[in-house]
Amino acid sequence: MTLAQINLSIARPELFLLGLTFFIMLVDLFGDPAKRSQRLYALTLGTLALVAVYVLLVASVSPQYAFSNMFVVDQMATILKLAILVGVAGLFVYSRAYLETRRMFTGEFVLLMLFATLGMMVMVSANHFISLYLGLEILALSTYTMVALNRDSATATEAAMKYFILGALASGLLLYGMSMIYGATGSLDVAVIAKTIEFSRANDPLVTFGLVFVVAGLAFKLGVVPFHMWVPDVYEGAPTPMAMFIGSASKIAAFGFLVRILGDALSGAAHDWQGMLVILAVASLAVGNIIAIAQTNFKRMLAYSTISHMGFLLLGILAGTKVGYAASMFYIIAYAITSLVAFGIIMLLSRDGFEADKLDDLKGLNDRSPWVAFLMLVTMFSMAGIPPFVGFFAKLSVLEAVLDVGYVWLVVYAVMMSVIGAFYYLRVVKLMYMDAPVDHSPIVAGQAMRSVLAVNAFVVLLLGLLPGAGLMGLCLHAIQRSL
Amino acid sequence: MQTSSYMLSLTIWVPIVIGILVLFLHRDGQNSAARWVALIGSLLGLAVAIPLWVGFDNASGAMQFVERFVWIPRYNIHYALGVDGISMLFVLLNSFTTVLVIAAAWQVINKKVSQYLAAFLIMSGLINGVFAATDAILFYLFFEAMLIPMFLIIGIWGGPRRVYAAVKFFLYTLLGSLLMLAALIYLYNVTNGSFDIVDFHRVPLGMTAQTLIFLAFFASFAVKVPMWPVHTWLPDAHVEAPTGGSVVLAAITLKIGAYGFLRFNLPIAPDAAHALSGFMIALSLIAVIYIGLVALAQSDMKKLVAYSSISHMGFVTLGFFIFNTQGIEGGLVQMISHGFISAAMFLCIGVLYDRVHSREISAYGGVVNTMPKFAFFAVFFAMANSGLPATSGFVGEFMVILGAMKVNFWYAFAAATTLILGAAYTLWMVKRVIFGDIANDNVRNLTDINARELAILTSLALLVLYMGVYPKPFTDVMHVSVDVLLKHVALGKLN
Repeated sequence: MTLAQINLSIARPELFLLGLTFFIMLVDLFGDPAKRSQRLYALTLGTLALVAVYVLLVASVSPQYAFSNMFVVDQMATILKLAILVGVAGLFVYSRAYLETRRMFTGEFVLLMLFATLGMMVMVSANHFISLYLGLEILALSTYTMVALNRDSATATEAAMKYFILGALASGLLLYGMSMIYGATGSLDVAVIAKTIEFSRANDPLVTFGLVFVVAGLAFKLGVVPFHMWVPDVYEGAPTPMAMFIGSASKIAAFGFLVRILGDALSGAAHDWQGMLVILAVASLAVGNIIAIAQTNFKRMLAYSTISHMGFLLLGILAGTKVGYAASMFYIIAYAITSLVAFGIIMLLSRDGFEADKLDDLKGLNDRSPWVAFLMLVTMFSMAGIPPFVGFFAKLSVLEAVLDVGYVWLVVYAVMMSVIGAFYYLRVVKLMYMDAPVDHSPIVAGQAMRSVLAVNAFVVLLLGLLPGAGLMGLCLHAIQRSL
Repeated sequence: MQTSSYMLSLTIWVPIVIGILVLFLHRDGQNSAARWVALIGSLLGLAVAIPLWVGFDNASGAMQFVERFVWIPRYNIHYALGVDGISMLFVLLNSFTTVLVIAAAWQVINKKVSQYLAAFLIMSGLINGVFAATDAILFYLFFEAMLIPMFLIIGIWGGPRRVYAAVKFFLYTLLGSLLMLAALIYLYNVTNGSFDIVDFHRVPLGMTAQTLIFLAFFASFAVKVPMWPVHTWLPDAHVEAPTGGSVVLAAITLKIGAYGFLRFNLPIAPDAAHALSGFMIALSLIAVIYIGLVALAQSDMKKLVAYSSISHMGFVTLGFFIFNTQGIEGGLVQMISHGFISAAMFLCIGVLYDRVHSREISAYGGVVNTMPKFAFFAVFFAMANSGLPATSGFVGEFMVILGAMKVNFWYAFAAATTLILGAAYTLWMVKRVIFGDIANDNVRNLTDINARELAILTSLALLVLYMGVYPKPFTDVMHVSVDVLLKHVALGKLN
């Protein structure tokens, strides 16, 4: 293998992130302990910003390969990486105060979060089953640990345990499926697999068999029904920043992973996986939306809401067209941006020893702070898919893609489920605006957090008013250039 | 043809922007500032709507005051506005009603004043957008976004069961409109990528497709109108909403449903509309007669007027689905007239409620003795509501009955019973509330309407009279547009 084949230069963002992560680890060991958290915060945000700049520097219009086709930089990867980096940076801003009051803003947390970021970047850039799996495991192992970071908390430990066991099982399923596809096609390279299946192995039972395991593994990771059992427990048990991470940035990476495997490698077997995704999507939309109604814990409610959103995401993917993938890509980015605000507000409202994660904690928020209540209102209506917020256009583009391939009944079904879903989002608005406050304590938050939160909610509104100004067209363009 | 642009954008964005400004006046002691800013905002909103009336070309059936910009290139969605003879009057009606609602809230609303006023201003802009949009997604955006302020208005400032009513209102309308969204996306695919409503009008469609599209739009608009049997949200919403909310609901939002039938159902699925007209007429007549009877049995004034609204809207949909000029124009006149009269009725009830805090008919009696000026207006609007000649209530009903007579005598006969039923429930309520001896101490202590209330009710009374005596300016505006629509519908899409 020559150096040209390795083509290290396009993997610079990832290498750079890895190097800086080690650097932060060392600085954290030797620096002045009094300024620890301030230093970590500044270094982390700086690192993320620099990596984002590098991602832009290596971006290219046509796909470029490295490590003998194991690693690819295309437009989809670039956009997803930027979205991930922005999401993680937002997470740091929102969660700093929350973690500091709980003495969890330590070197270990930052390290794990940056490793998880690295894993996600590898996932969306991987072009080979081995590198896909590597990225996934870097992400997963860091996340398991982060969920358990608050080691004195029994619920967090329980959540981490569940997440770990089910996640490991899912990884096993995924590997098993991958190995069967390898057996059928003789390669682990995404492009080679796609070609082999398309030309000679489309109806090979071994491929179909492997496909079932791959889809099951992916469904576990995404948390769609019937592989969703871990989601509510992890959301509820994990410290809020970790739940936020699982519900935003890591979903973006999961999308990239899904498209690389199903949309690219196994595109020749699309007919087979479409049927499976229909079942997963239908079940997720029903379970997610209906069970969310019965929740009293806000984080749990958001967990079920995530399940239903993942069902919607699958709708776009099961269309099996580039328009469908682009719609799902727009959907997942829009969803991640929106859920950042929701979790951000939970952290804004929580104090030392008080988690603010019950739905009742939101009662009368409009009386306590009209501004925060308004931000949450924007989030909830966006998630419910009401215009003029971004959630509406995300739903619109997915429904259009599904209708385009002729699944009329699926569209009508998704629409019905959205009405059920609207109920529990409305209930949040009702609690904030129509009930009297129980808790009268003032809401304290740093200026940075307040402004970022406002900008974040403003983006939810702005992307709703002007989705064509950028993201929507960009997603389609990226998918067309990448697949 | 009048081409001066941006007029419609102004009618949409002036109220919204001022509404957002009002939101910032939320501290204690800023209430009166918020009220004045909101009033000025609503007057400005009305002022920018007047040129539509002045500059409107009655001889043209095309869209006027057209604005068109690319908005979302990915889906070929445009920010496209325009009004024709069907929609122009509603923009005016809505801008006018907003002024009344802001004025009516002056001393009455004391809780979260700025949010209340802002919600109405923002909603006013959104509703103008509904009537002015000529791009289906833009229409849908305004149509849905409008639910948010209305949801908050009912839920925050409403009566005891306000939360139930607000949620019911929201979910009912959302279900209908999401089905419409599915139909819009389908049409987008059929027209090879256009969301322009005019393209939807032109695209040929088979009978099955037309029927399904008709039903999807029907689900959305029938809930909004509301038609029997999906009307059950309206009495709840009306009763629990604050006075201003009831006024906007009755005077404007119900009209959006009927407007949707004219803008979407008839021209996009003309053959299905013909095929299903018997069904639509049946539902309309049930609304007219059965809901009229239900209104007779009410003991709550607001509920009574709410049911009366449903019954009157039955008249409108009846007019639309008999497919002749008198029918459709009668329906439109009835919509405008009902906008004035129902607003006035709810404001009258509001006047009483603010003083006594009861909506029960039995809580009153002999109000004329203590509030003579108020009694004059209450009796006048009650007469108009029951369709007395020389009031606007008569014109629309008479035209629809004439139109129905051309189609089938029995339609006209059944519809005409409203003249009896309407008179019965309205006048009976007036008799029990206004006339007779003074019923109790509450009534004895009533004070008559003040200058503000007098101004509001007088302006409405003058409009009701003007439209009743001389409806020609109104029918002239809609005439050409209705003709164009009828020709299009008669032609059908099947060949």
